[in-house]
Amino acid sequence: MPTVSMTVNGKPTTAEAEGRTLLVEFLRGPLGLTGTHVGCDTSQCGACVVHVNGEAVKACTMFAAEAEGADVQTIEGMANADGSLGVIQQAFQDHHGLQCGFCTPGMVMSAAALLKENPKPTETEIRDYLEGNICRCTGYHNIVKAIMAASGQDVTAIAAE
Amino acid sequence: MYDFELVKPTTVEEAVAALSGDEAQPLGGGQTLIPTMKQRLAMPGTLVSTSGIASMKGVSASGGVLTVGGATTHGTVAAEAASSYPALAALAGGIGDPAVRNRGTVGGSLANNDPAACYPAGLLGSGGVVVTNTREIAADDFFQGMFTTALEEGELITAVKFNIPEKAAYAKFAQPASRFPLTAAFVAKTSDGVRVAITGASEEGVFRWTEAEEALSSNFSADAVDGLSVDADGMIGDIHGTPAYRAHLVKVMTKRAVTAAG
Amino acid sequence: MPKDHGIGAANKRREDVRFLTGKGRYTDDININGQAYVHFLRSDVAHGKLTKVNTSAAEAAPGVLRVFTGKDFEGIGGLPCGWQVTDRHGNPMQEPAHPVLAQGKVRHVGDAIAAVVAESYAEARDAAELIELDIEELPAVIDMKAALADGAPKVHDDLTSNLCYDWGFVEENRDAVDQAIKGAHHVTTLELVNQRLVANPMEPRVAVGDYASHSDESTLYTTSQNPHVIRLLMGAFVLGIPEHKLRVVAPDVGGGFGSKIFHYAEEAFCTFAAKQLKRPVKWTSSRSEAFMTDAHGRDHVTKIELAMDAEGNFLALRTDTHANMGAYLSTFSTSVPTWLHGTLMAGNYKTPLIYVNVKAVFTNTVPVDAYRGAGRPEATFQLERVIDKAAREMGIDPVELRRKNFVTEFPYATPVAVEYDTGDYNATLDKALELADVSGFDARAAESAKNGKWRGLGMNCYIEACGIAPSALVGQLGARAGLYESATVRVNATGGLVVMTGSHSHGQGHETAFPQVIAEMIGIDESQVEIVHGDTANTPMGMGTYGSRSLAVGGSAMVRATEKIIAKAKKIAAHLMEASADDVELKDGAFSVAGTDKSVAWGDVCLAAYVPHNYPLDEIEPGLEETAFYDPANFTYPAGAYICEVEVDPDTGKVTVERFTAADDFGNVVNPMIVEGQVHGGLAQGIGQALLENCVYDENGQLVSASFMDYAMPRAADLPNFSVDHSCQTPCTHNPLGVKGCGEAGAIGSPPALVNAVVDALQRNGKDVKHIDMPLSPARVWAAMNG
Repeated sequence: MPTVSMTVNGKPTTAEAEGRTLLVEFLRGPLGLTGTHVGCDTSQCGACVVHVNGEAVKACTMFAAEAEGADVQTIEGMANADGSLGVIQQAFQDHHGLQCGFCTPGMVMSAAALLKENPKPTETEIRDYLEGNICRCTGYHNIVKAIMAASGQDVTAIAAE
Repeated sequence: MYDFELVKPTTVEEAVAALSGDEAQPLGGGQTLIPTMKQRLAMPGTLVSTSGIASMKGVSASGGVLTVGGATTHGTVAAEAASSYPALAALAGGIGDPAVRNRGTVGGSLANNDPAACYPAGLLGSGGVVVTNTREIAADDFFQGMFTTALEEGELITAVKFNIPEKAAYAKFAQPASRFPLTAAFVAKTSDGVRVAITGASEEGVFRWTEAEEALSSNFSADAVDGLSVDADGMIGDIHGTPAYRAHLVKVMTKRAVTAAG
Repeated sequence: MPKDHGIGAANKRREDVRFLTGKGRYTDDININGQAYVHFLRSDVAHGKLTKVNTSAAEAAPGVLRVFTGKDFEGIGGLPCGWQVTDRHGNPMQEPAHPVLAQGKVRHVGDAIAAVVAESYAEARDAAELIELDIEELPAVIDMKAALADGAPKVHDDLTSNLCYDWGFVEENRDAVDQAIKGAHHVTTLELVNQRLVANPMEPRVAVGDYASHSDESTLYTTSQNPHVIRLLMGAFVLGIPEHKLRVVAPDVGGGFGSKIFHYAEEAFCTFAAKQLKRPVKWTSSRSEAFMTDAHGRDHVTKIELAMDAEGNFLALRTDTHANMGAYLSTFSTSVPTWLHGTLMAGNYKTPLIYVNVKAVFTNTVPVDAYRGAGRPEATFQLERVIDKAAREMGIDPVELRRKNFVTEFPYATPVAVEYDTGDYNATLDKALELADVSGFDARAAESAKNGKWRGLGMNCYIEACGIAPSALVGQLGARAGLYESATVRVNATGGLVVMTGSHSHGQGHETAFPQVIAEMIGIDESQVEIVHGDTANTPMGMGTYGSRSLAVGGSAMVRATEKIIAKAKKIAAHLMEASADDVELKDGAFSVAGTDKSVAWGDVCLAAYVPHNYPLDEIEPGLEETAFYDPANFTYPAGAYICEVEVDPDTGKVTVERFTAADDFGNVVNPMIVEGQVHGGLAQGIGQALLENCVYDENGQLVSASFMDYAMPRAADLPNFSVDHSCQTPCTHNPLGVKGCGEAGAIGSPPALVNAVVDALQRNGKDVKHIDMPLSPARVWAAMNG
C-alpha cells in the first residue's frame, strides 16, 4: 500500500493509505487522532473540519493523498502549549457552546478559520460562516456567543437575550 | 467506496495523458464526486487530481475578461475576483460553505453541471468560454442538459473565461436542506444587451430566460419582468417545491438580481 | 448574588475539557485488537419476499470471515417491544415478530437482509455486492389510511390487518364527549399532520461486540442512552445471555434525543457475531444508513375538535389520530401515541371531558418511536393549534382564551388520568409576554412592512409529563419495565465520592450538575465528587436517560443514597465526638454537636469508616457506601408559555424567525446554564420541525429525504438568539429536589407558536389561511398564500 506523509499538529507523520483513504480515516485510523469526527457522508455536517495548510476543509471529503506534504491541524492541536484550553476552546466552555461534544471539534476548527479571516465578526457573519457545521444540541445560541466572546467582543447583550 | 488509483500530475500534459486511461476521471475538489463515490454511484479506475497543476490555478482580469484556472477554488475566486467581477465573486462566495469553498473548483463544478449548481448560471449569464486542453467551448454550447456538457471523454477544463459585464448580480433562493439553489438567477448587463441565466429550476439544467433578456435589454429594471410569466412545464418538482413554485421563483429571483445589479 | 457552587450555580462543565481537546471517547473511537467489521446488506425495496439469498460468492471474497442471513437467527429471539397497549375493546395490540435479520420478507427500505463480516469495512462492503439476491416485490403500504383499507396488502402476513391497536382514552367518556360536542355553542375543528422526523443526533450509531472465551462474557459497546435497558432486552429477549455474562457500555454518546433509547438489531448482531466468530465485531452507521435504520419520530395524522360555550369556556375535546408504527414495533413505539400523548391532551386547561382515539398502523416504513418529547409535542401541537383557531373563530384574544381556561388550583386531576401537582400558568404567560415585548409588536410589524415583509405573532402554552415514571402506574398501563432510577454513592477513605448512576449523559452535563447536588448536601467542593455512568459493570441497574427524567428521578436516587450516607456518617461522627447522633449537624463539610464547640471534619469521618479503630462496630458496619433506588410517586409537570415572532416574505413564502421567547417553569434549577442550553436545543428542534424538517416517503416506500441534502437540519442562520427564562418556579411537590426536568420542553412547546405566528402574519395581510401543515417550507407557505 502506498504511504502518505504530512505534518499533523506540528509533527511529521507517515502512514499507509489507499487511494480511497479519506483524510479523516487517515487521522482517526493510523494516526489515532479520534477527535475529528464523521457525522455525515454528504459533506454537510462539518464534524470533520480540520485545517489543511491553514484552510478549513472537510476531512471526510478529501483524500489523504491530497494532503501529501501538507500542514494539517486538528482539534488535538488547538490547546495552548501548556495544555490549557486555547482562547476559542475556553470560550466554548465558558459560554456552554457544546453539549454532546460530537460536532464540537469541527465547530472549533471552523471558528478558528473564521476568526483568522475576520477577527471581529458580527453575529450574522458568524451564523453565515457556520453554514457547513451542524449542531443538533445547542440551537447554536451559545456557539455564536462563544465565538463572539473568543473574538474579544462583549456578549452581555446576548446573555440578556 | 470502490478502490481506485489516485494520480497527481503537475502539468496539464501529464493530466491529459493520465486521463486517456480506462475509467479515468478528473478530480477537482471532489466536493460532489467524493460523496457520490461513497454511495458507490461512481467507480472511476483512476482519479486524476488537478490540485497539483499550478497552471490551472489563479484568477486574472484583463480586457473585460476574467480568466479563472480550472482548478481554482471557489474560495479563491470569491477573494480574488471581488474587485474585478464582484457579482461572480459573490456567487463563488455563496457556494456550499467555507470548507467546501476551500476545496471545490470551478472546473469541477462546470464539468459536473448539476442542475442546481451556481457556477453554470454564472458562466451562462456572463457569457464566455470554457477552455479545455483541446479547444474553447462557448458557454452557450457547453451546457447540454442535466449533468451533461459538451466535454469529450478525457477532456479537461483548464480555464474558464467570463465576460465581465457592466452590471451583474446573482440572486439565489436556497433549497432548505442542501443549500444548493432551489432556483437562482444570474443577470448580466453588457453593451450588447442583457443575459439572464437560471439554475435550479429546470429539468434541463441551467438555461437562459430569453423573454426576460429581451425585456431587460430595453428596460433594465425589475419592473420590466413583471408582465412575463414562466411556464411550469419542464420545471423540477420535488419535496422542496413544485414546478409552479419554481417557475414563480424564476421571476422573483430575476427581479431581485436586477435590483441588486442596480 | 448568583451562587458560585452547589445547587443553583452555573458551574462550567467539566466534561467540556475532553470534548474540546479531541479526547472524548465515543463508541467509534473504540477499536479492539483483532476486530472485524460488519456491513449490512439492506433492502432497497419497501416490501418484498426474499426468494433467493445466495451468499457463497460473498463468503469466498477476500477478507470475508462469514456472511450471516436470517437463517442464522432462526430460533433466536426478535427485538422486543417494551410496552403492551390494550385496545378499546380490551384486547392486546397486535405484536409482530421483529427479527434481527429479515426472515423471508423485507418490510421497509433499509431492512437488513444479510450481514457480511470481514477484515475491513471495504472488504465487507465489496463482498456484500456479491450476494445473489432475488426479491419478489410486493405492493407497499405507505399511507396510514390506505393501510387500513379493506384488502390492503399486509405488512405482516400473520396479523389480521395493519392495525396494531385502536385505542380509546378515556373510553368511558366517549359518549359523554360526543354529547357535549353535539350540544356545544361552538366547535372548532382542525385536521393536521404532525410530520415524520428523523432525530439525527450528530453521532451516528455504532456497535462493537466483544467476547471473552475464557470467561464466556460478552461485552457490547454501543451508542445508547440506557445501557442497562439494552442489556436486559438483548440478554433476556434476543440472545439468551444472562446479565452476569453480559456487559453493555455506552461511553461518550454524541446526542440521542430518543433515537438511542431503543434496542436495535445491529447491537444484537455484533454481540452475537462476536461470540460466533470469537472476534470483536464493529459496525459504524453512515448517515445514509442512519436515515433508514434509526427509529423515526412523530408521524401522526389528527382531527381535533374543541367544543366551547358562548363565553369560550372549553366544554369538551375529541381527537382522532392515526399514528404510524412503521414496519415493526420499536422498543417504546406503542407507548408514544397512547400514554405519552393521550394523557397530555388536557394541556394547561380545565376541559372537563376529553376523548382520545388513536389507531396505530403498520406501514412499509422505518419503525417510529420516541423523539424528543415523544407524544407530548403531538398533543401540544394539536391542542394549541386548535385553541388558536378557536380564538379567531370566537373573536376572543388567544391569550385571554387561554387564561380563561387555565387550571389554577393544584393539585388538579385531569380527565385524562394524571394529576398535576403544582404549577402557575399565568405566571409563565405573564413572563413570556413581558420578555417578548408584545406591546412593541405593532411597531416592529410596521418596520417589516416597510421592507416588504409580513410580520406575525404567535403564542402557545404547554405542559408536559416527564420525570418518567411511577413504575406501578406505568405497569398498569402496559409498560413491561420499571421506570425507577438508581444511584450508588461510594465515599472513599479520604472523603472523595464516586456516584454510580443508572442515568446516562449524552450531552446533558450530568458529570457537572450531579456533583452540585451532592456538594450542596454535604457541604464539600464539587471537585470531590466524580460521576460514573454508562457501564453496566460498574453502575447499579438503572433505566437511563430520556423523558426529562435524569435529575427528577436519577437525581432523587442520588439524594436518597446521599441521605443514607449522611445518616451513617452522623452516627460515626457522633461516636467520634461522644455525642448523640440526633444532635449531630452536618454543615459546610463538618459535623458538629449543637450547642457545643465539638466538631469533626467530613474527611475524618470518612477515614474512620474505613479505618475503624475508634468506631462503633457493634452498631454499624465499617465503610461508607450506599445505594438507593428511587421510584417517583408521580410524573413531573413542567409548563410554560412560548411566543414567536416571524417575518414572511410574500414573494417567496420564506419564513424567518425573528424573535423567540420561552418562559418555563421547571421547578427548582440545579445548573441554570445547563438548563438554558437544554431549552435552546429543544427550541432548535421544535423550530426545525415547524419550519424545516420532513421525512418523506414516496408512494413506493422509497425514502426521499434520505440524507442531509434533502432532510433540512436547522443551521445557525436559520435560528435567532433565544430569549429564555426559568424564573417562574413552582417546585415539584413529590421529589426531594423539587425539580421537574427541562430536556424536552423546548421541542414540545415551540412548534405551535411558530405555526400560529405564520398564520397570524398571513391573516393580518388579508390571506384567509387557517392552517398550514409543517414544515412551513417556503413552497408550502407560498402555496397557501396563493391557494
